[in-house]
Amino acid sequence: MRRRKKKDGLVMGELAIQEQSDIDISLASQQGEVLSDSSASVSQRRRGHKIVTIDLKAQFGRVQVLRGINLEIKERSITAIMGPSGCGKTTFIRCLNRLHELTPGASVTGRVILDGEDIYSPKVNPVLVRRKIGMVFQKPNPFPTMSVYDNVAAGLKLNGVRDKAKLDEAVERSLKLAFLWDEVKDDLKKSGAALSGGQQQRLCIARALAVEPEVILMDEPCSALDPTATAKIEEAIFELKKDYTIVIVTHNMQQAARVADYTAFFYLGELIEYGNTEQIFENPKNELTERYITGKFG
Amino acid sequence: MKAFSKARLTKTEVRTWNASANADSLMKVLVAVAAFTVIAILTAIAFELYLNSLPSISKFGISFIWGTTWDVSTEMFGALPFIFGTFVTSLLALLIGLPISLGVAIFLSEKVKSRRMVTRSIGTLVELLAAVPSVIYGLWGLFFLSPLLRRYVETPLHDYLGFVPLFAGTPFGLDFFTAGVLLAIMIIPTVSAISRDVLNAVPNSQREAMYSLGATHWEVIWKAVLPYARSGIFGATILGLARAVGETMAVTMVIGNEPKITASLFSGGYTLAAVIANQFTEATGQLYISSLIEIGLVLFFMALAINTFARLLIWKMKRGMNIRV
Repeated sequence: MRRRKKKDGLVMGELAIQEQSDIDISLASQQGEVLSDSSASVSQRRRGHKIVTIDLKAQFGRVQVLRGINLEIKERSITAIMGPSGCGKTTFIRCLNRLHELTPGASVTGRVILDGEDIYSPKVNPVLVRRKIGMVFQKPNPFPTMSVYDNVAAGLKLNGVRDKAKLDEAVERSLKLAFLWDEVKDDLKKSGAALSGGQQQRLCIARALAVEPEVILMDEPCSALDPTATAKIEEAIFELKKDYTIVIVTHNMQQAARVADYTAFFYLGELIEYGNTEQIFENPKNELTERYITGKFG
Repeated sequence: MKAFSKARLTKTEVRTWNASANADSLMKVLVAVAAFTVIAILTAIAFELYLNSLPSISKFGISFIWGTTWDVSTEMFGALPFIFGTFVTSLLALLIGLPISLGVAIFLSEKVKSRRMVTRSIGTLVELLAAVPSVIYGLWGLFFLSPLLRRYVETPLHDYLGFVPLFAGTPFGLDFFTAGVLLAIMIIPTVSAISRDVLNAVPNSQREAMYSLGATHWEVIWKAVLPYARSGIFGATILGLARAVGETMAVTMVIGNEPKITASLFSGGYTLAAVIANQFTEATGQLYISSLIEIGLVLFFMALAINTFARLLIWKMKRGMNIRV
């Protein structure tokens, strides 16, 4: 393990070396050994890890975007993925809900274990995976032909929920969680596209929450927003971690430092360093991480 | 600002300045003339049609529109059978053509089969169909489509569903039904090519938003892509409708050319465009000619009305979904 670390220039996160069994799983995965689902699930549950990626590689055509990512994401926490442009952070979270493969020419190898089950196993239906993993995109993308209400209810209706009371309840709950309820409660029939940019993004968060996913992926959710709107979204994200596992991609180091419990630093398609946010920012172990955090490149 | 004022320029600079200013104003005049020509032509057409149909207008008045007789020997002229025929065939064309066009557009744009070669060649073929002259469609309709439809569609429909007024009468092959099917085939290239472009223009973020909620490929198309593209698809449909309403040659060749108003699709009919094309050369007498011209006027306003109505609807739809950010 130690030899490998040096060789790859990688430092596995603090999380991974807390327990002996963790070392085993990391080691096994790094060597590309086939791991049975059950053993992964056992150690995963013990550590409270929601998602484990094992040697995850992704490409667009011949371009390798991710070069074997091994990462464990803890349950009910916020994990930030940061790194300079083109480092593969967006591709990484798009692999977690099998969205990456929808792009023509894109492909994925490796494994992503969600609750002990490899979501890339041929037996798995990607549609069902995506129902468990919600996503919020870089630019707000509400459905413009739907009202605020219908936007939030869209996912539930896909799942066949027709009961009006149930829908009402879910719409109210989700909008409250996204801190949008007070601003739109009198105008739920209004088009989702008529809201301001920040409201639209919170509407998209509410839409993702309505189907009660277990994981929420956020791809630079604040990059198109002003500081006030950003603050509101961060407040919402912070509340959400009580019930959800959140993975947030961010370009903005301050944002990672403000909201995240754990931070991963990506560079050129590789995971350079992963650990507690405090440790990453105050005491980075890798030189690249330090240089990025101190603004020497990026 | 002073550095850019004319006073401080050298001689050559002044010359360039003047030249570019002149070129600018010349360009402005040229494009304005081009723009106003369109309006002038449109008004001239309407005015000329109105002027030449005055004898008919003064004889029949507004009742020309709902007059049901078209009798050359007694000089009784009414446009309703032709208006009816135009409506029925165009509606039939949309009813049959729109679903097929949408299917083609979805196939071509939504990567139902992700083979580039297949979608590209089908796309080009569809566009080529739009380039076929309508008289060729007419010939094909007369010698191939009409007998085929009579034998395999109209006769069975009449035999089993003859009690429905729509399918009553003796299927002869040259009727509303054949004209409608032929028109449907003729509008498919236009409607599907535009719809495909409209669907291609739907941002991927809309598809991904639906996917990330756990939608299947078809749910993404039905619930995210088509609603987003609806105003564009509606525009494509209206263009198809305009083509169907105005189509002359092909319809004239297969519709049977009988000024009749009937519930049966298997009866011969007539359309506004077809009657003008068919009878203009043999029209004698001022009233006959001016009645035909008034038919043209009716067709002109019908096309105008369809387009205006469509534009209003699209404008209303777009206002409802203007996206900020």
